[in-house]
Amino acid sequence: MTTTVSEKIFVKGNEAVAMAALEAGCSCYFGYPITPQSDIPEYLSRELPKRGGVFIQAESEIGAINMVLGASAAGARAMTSSSGPGISLKQEGISYMAGSELPGVIVDVMRQGPGLGGIDASQADYWQATKGGGHGGYRIIVLAPNSVQEMYDLTMRAFDLSDFYRIPAMVLADSVIGQMKESIVANPRLAAMLPAKDWAVRGRAEGTPQNVVKSLKLGDGEMEKHHWMMHARYQELADKECRWEEIDTADAKLIVTAFGSTSRIARTAVAMARAEGMKVGLMRPITLFPFPKQAYATLSERCKLFLDIELSTGQMVDDVRLAVARDAEVAFYGRPPGTGSLPTPEEIYEQIKKQCRA
Amino acid sequence: MKQVFSRPESLKNVSTHFCPGCQHGSVHRLVGEALDEFGIRSKTIGIASVGCSVFLYGYFDVDVVEAPHGRAPAVATGTKRARPDRIVFTYQGDGDLAAIGMSEIIHSANRGENITVIFVNNTTYGMTGGQMAPTTMPGQKTSTSPYGRDAANDGAPFKMAELLANLDGVAFSARVALNSPKNVLQAKKMIKTAFRYQVEKKGFSFIEALSACPTNWGMSPLDANQRVTDEMIPYFPLGVYRNTANL
Repeated sequence: MTTTVSEKIFVKGNEAVAMAALEAGCSCYFGYPITPQSDIPEYLSRELPKRGGVFIQAESEIGAINMVLGASAAGARAMTSSSGPGISLKQEGISYMAGSELPGVIVDVMRQGPGLGGIDASQADYWQATKGGGHGGYRIIVLAPNSVQEMYDLTMRAFDLSDFYRIPAMVLADSVIGQMKESIVANPRLAAMLPAKDWAVRGRAEGTPQNVVKSLKLGDGEMEKHHWMMHARYQELADKECRWEEIDTADAKLIVTAFGSTSRIARTAVAMARAEGMKVGLMRPITLFPFPKQAYATLSERCKLFLDIELSTGQMVDDVRLAVARDAEVAFYGRPPGTGSLPTPEEIYEQIKKQCRA
Repeated sequence: MKQVFSRPESLKNVSTHFCPGCQHGSVHRLVGEALDEFGIRSKTIGIASVGCSVFLYGYFDVDVVEAPHGRAPAVATGTKRARPDRIVFTYQGDGDLAAIGMSEIIHSANRGENITVIFVNNTTYGMTGGQMAPTTMPGQKTSTSPYGRDAANDGAPFKMAELLANLDGVAFSARVALNSPKNVLQAKKMIKTAFRYQVEKKGFSFIEALSACPTNWGMSPLDANQRVTDEMIPYFPLGVYRNTANL
């Protein structure tokens, strides 16, 4: 057996996303410039044509997501990327993709909002990403990297999950993770057991059934059945695909919980607290949908105090409170997104001390 | 005995939901005949839009993707770029193409996407009950222009075949009508040309078909057909507005 050992390379988070997309066999990218994610279309505009792939800078985010819809319907691995204002525009297309059971990867490098907001990091699009985002009552797969390595690994994972479950998948990053450089190992793609895309439009050759990719369901009971089918897939995702990381939780009296860039800051603060002898751990959800509810429930059987940290006034905290045992307390410390509002490790450490004293 | 007339193979043997006197059926038939005559049915992918045109998959015996309202040219772009060996056409109404989807149609045309767009202009939103469309004519009363379209308030109707003819990416742009046997034969010729250009990879081809909507115009089928002759054609002249073969 031969194993390939990849060399370490030093790249930006956004570049890691683009590299992973190529490794994952993404042949079609459609996007529109917006800070802080423009490195992704820039990279792919250079690299995709060399490999016979398709790169189009669309007329709008709406155009881009609908090109993803069309390419995905034809069986291709397709991707788009954007940030808050653009992700809002894509919600129409994402809803249609969800309704049409189409895979596709959407990368959201979060920036401040609402409105034009600003280009610094934010986690205030957690609700938009994890609760459906568009109309009609659906969910998409949401993966939250906290390092450049995970930008690479989770982008590749997003393509496989999306193809397997026929649900759009989002990589939910932010401008800190997208813009920072770290060393990574660009692992080769692992072979995944994926079902054939026999539903894709290819032209109805003789003897093959007509394939129709659509979300209009007017038949008696047809839409209700479709919703229950989607619901069952979400349950299957929850049963099989939850991912999270725990650090020092075994004996913890306080568990700090955070995702994405905030979890990196929290990790430093937890280490500072441990160095001072405080029994503090970290719980970091990697999949935001499916949310690792069971993992929180299990942790809360032995640890009754949680501290949720977010770069918002509190969104994921709702899901944490729903997931933990009834007698567990969930405190919250957040900073709304904005220039200068990224908390320091010392700031979070002070919050940990406050909770440990209480 | 020689059979001289039958349903095109590209159309299913079903009845449609179209109202009596509506000319969507005629346009469907001409597109079906074109697909049959080029022998391209088995490699054709239709992109349905939102409106009366949404049931494309129920009538055409081809693979179909249903697009969000107005987005069919963007969806077609993705499908065609992913499968450049397929024939891809969109089928859109006036509200879909010239209002909510204006950005998608202009940019797809400008990129010279090698697709065919069939645009049915009946000067109203048919499916939603006859509201004012971007092609509703000056003075025309609709359910949202009860005093008649007023250019000072609503702007003038878009003339899409002429507008798109200004773009370098467009290989063929023509306006046709289905109001007389002569015009139906001419429409057939134009639709065939549009698909031929796609088969020959010449670029974006566009057909605007003027159509009657008796139900929402509040007219009998015959009167509605007469309105196409008397009012629509003088305002929306028939003809070829761009043909790269002649440039």
